[in-house]
Amino acid sequence: MLRMQHVTKVYRTDLIETHALRDFTMTVDEGEFIAVTGPSGSGKTTFLNIAGLLETFDSGTYQLDGEDVSGLSDDARSRIRNHKIGFIFQSFNLIPDLDLFDNVDVPLRYRGMKAPDRRKRIVESLELVGLASRMKHLPAQLSGGQQQRVAIARALAGSPRFLLADEPTGNLDSLMARQVLELLEDINRRGTTIVMVTHDADLARRAHRNVHVMDGQVTDFQSQTGKPLIASPEVHAVTA
Amino acid sequence: MLAYQLRMAWKSLRRTPVVSALMIGAIALGIGVCTTSLTVFHLMSRNPIEARNDVLYAVTLDNWDPNNAWDDKHPDLPPFELTYRDATALLESPIPDRHVAMYKSGFVVEAPNDRSIKPYSVIARMTTHDFFAMFAAPFQYGSGWSAGADDSAQLNVVLSKATNDKLFGGADSVGRTLRLDGREYLVAGVLKEWTPTPRFYDLNNGALTDLEDVFVPLSIGAQLELGSRGNINCWRQETLNSYKDFLGSDCVWIQFWAELRTPEKVAAFQSFIDNYVREQKKLGRFERPLNNHLRKPDEWLRVNRVVDDDNRVLVGLSFMFLMVCLLNMIGLLLAKFLGAASLAGLRRALGASRKMVFRDHIVEVGLVGFIGGVFGLGLSALGLTGVRQLYGGNFDQLTHLDLPMVAVALGVAVFAGVIAGLYPAWRVCRVQPAVHLKTQ
Repeated sequence: MLRMQHVTKVYRTDLIETHALRDFTMTVDEGEFIAVTGPSGSGKTTFLNIAGLLETFDSGTYQLDGEDVSGLSDDARSRIRNHKIGFIFQSFNLIPDLDLFDNVDVPLRYRGMKAPDRRKRIVESLELVGLASRMKHLPAQLSGGQQQRVAIARALAGSPRFLLADEPTGNLDSLMARQVLELLEDINRRGTTIVMVTHDADLARRAHRNVHVMDGQVTDFQSQTGKPLIASPEVHAVTA
Repeated sequence: MLAYQLRMAWKSLRRTPVVSALMIGAIALGIGVCTTSLTVFHLMSRNPIEARNDVLYAVTLDNWDPNNAWDDKHPDLPPFELTYRDATALLESPIPDRHVAMYKSGFVVEAPNDRSIKPYSVIARMTTHDFFAMFAAPFQYGSGWSAGADDSAQLNVVLSKATNDKLFGGADSVGRTLRLDGREYLVAGVLKEWTPTPRFYDLNNGALTDLEDVFVPLSIGAQLELGSRGNINCWRQETLNSYKDFLGSDCVWIQFWAELRTPEKVAAFQSFIDNYVREQKKLGRFERPLNNHLRKPDEWLRVNRVVDDDNRVLVGLSFMFLMVCLLNMIGLLLAKFLGAASLAGLRRALGASRKMVFRDHIVEVGLVGFIGGVFGLGLSALGLTGVRQLYGGNFDQLTHLDLPMVAVALGVAVFAGVIAGLYPAWRVCRVQPAVHLKTQ
């Protein structure tokens, strides 16, 4: 489903070059729940941004759903983001003066869906995260955990095949973090592929597979489910 | 989608109330100043008799000093008025479908049967019967006087609406009488509200002067030896011992208009006045080269410089002021949009393309422009009130915002807002979304 090969990303200023990703190779299969771990500045978020087509890369190849996305126009990348990818952020990134309904509505508006279809999806998504009864509330009227569940509902409303979560429990206490994680696991069981960046080793252990990133490279793979390690040559090339 | 974008734009403006207020204030100020100057310009430069523009002609003959042109700066221009003797001679021509000779005068009027109204001074137009039909003056009651009344100097009068309201309480006064300078005049008609602005038919006494209170046959002026309250211009040293001498002098003070409905009639009347001047030259008058003109109202307004250069400069300056306001707005927009780049980044992450983000922001600046335009119209109304207070008189009619001006002001405001927003919107849609998502 997601196939990055030898991807390189360098941030340049007048004075310095920072290699965020070096020869980064990784494959994610459909239906997987992968935790990406690593220290701060290791390149986890850069990987997530490139995977989510929020950033371009300097060299290498990236195929999403079998399509090479490296040469796509901004319109095409935006369309793929809107149709296939859902984002969950550490700081929720809800729009503070929009109620829950309107927050979940944002990606559907950009898809150009008709009002009845949008409404149906919004209600279903908020029901899934248990907040349908509060759809006219503003984000500030909710707890952190509830806000993150709204962000998940927003990510799910467009029925993405691929959910990218950047420290989704980073701003939550342990109880709320567990609830959010259980929600993500439930979503994954329904068939959505999830890639989650996290610092939390406990959370990472609950993923099917852990990918450890260090200095912009994948350094280790570990199965948590008893499934065989991904047997792609790229993985072996990296892990060897 | 536009309704949604407008709703989001409104929320965005409420997010930053101070900056939004400053932007709206900037555009409102610019639009207010522009609209005020444009309204005055627009109304002064309009042709109030446009529907009859192709058949009416102001007639001028150059009887001026052979050694000095009437207007040193524009030596090609003849005087804008005629002598009485030339005007009455042209009235004899059968070529025009209608023609009118006239001048501004005045009376003291006494109200009939109402001693509570003290006698007061009124402005009069001494004119011929065709005046009302030629200039499409609308009647509330009755009509103008007949050609016979002109010929026999019958004491007829047509009242303005304001005069009829004052003297007769707005009732149908046709057939009733009133006293002008102690003589009984029969009311032939009462005009409806009529305010041709600028006062195209007599620009010598100011394009924005008050409408006449009463209209009286020209022939009465000669019979009663009523002087002009308008401009009288003379160039020749003449001995004027009597009113009769004055009527026969080379002083110009009569306005003359002809209605000529076909090109053939225009050519024929032009030929007629040229021949008339040639005949007069034989009598020792009209020593300057032949320089007679028939000018349509639009050209007449132009050569009379109703809209002078100062007006144009004022409009130019007001648009420059709008530009300064827009430059300030660009800065404010840049600060606002880039300050909220995280939201743009979020929208990009959720599937908005650069074009969509750009459009969202353009709608927002369009909304700023529209709101600024509405407030600008309010400021303009205040400005025009100030103009009325300053100048009074006919500026009452001049200084009203009409619907086209309101539409133009709002259109300019939205357009100006969009122009000011192009660069900030472009900047924000180029922002890398990933940069802001982590930090929002």
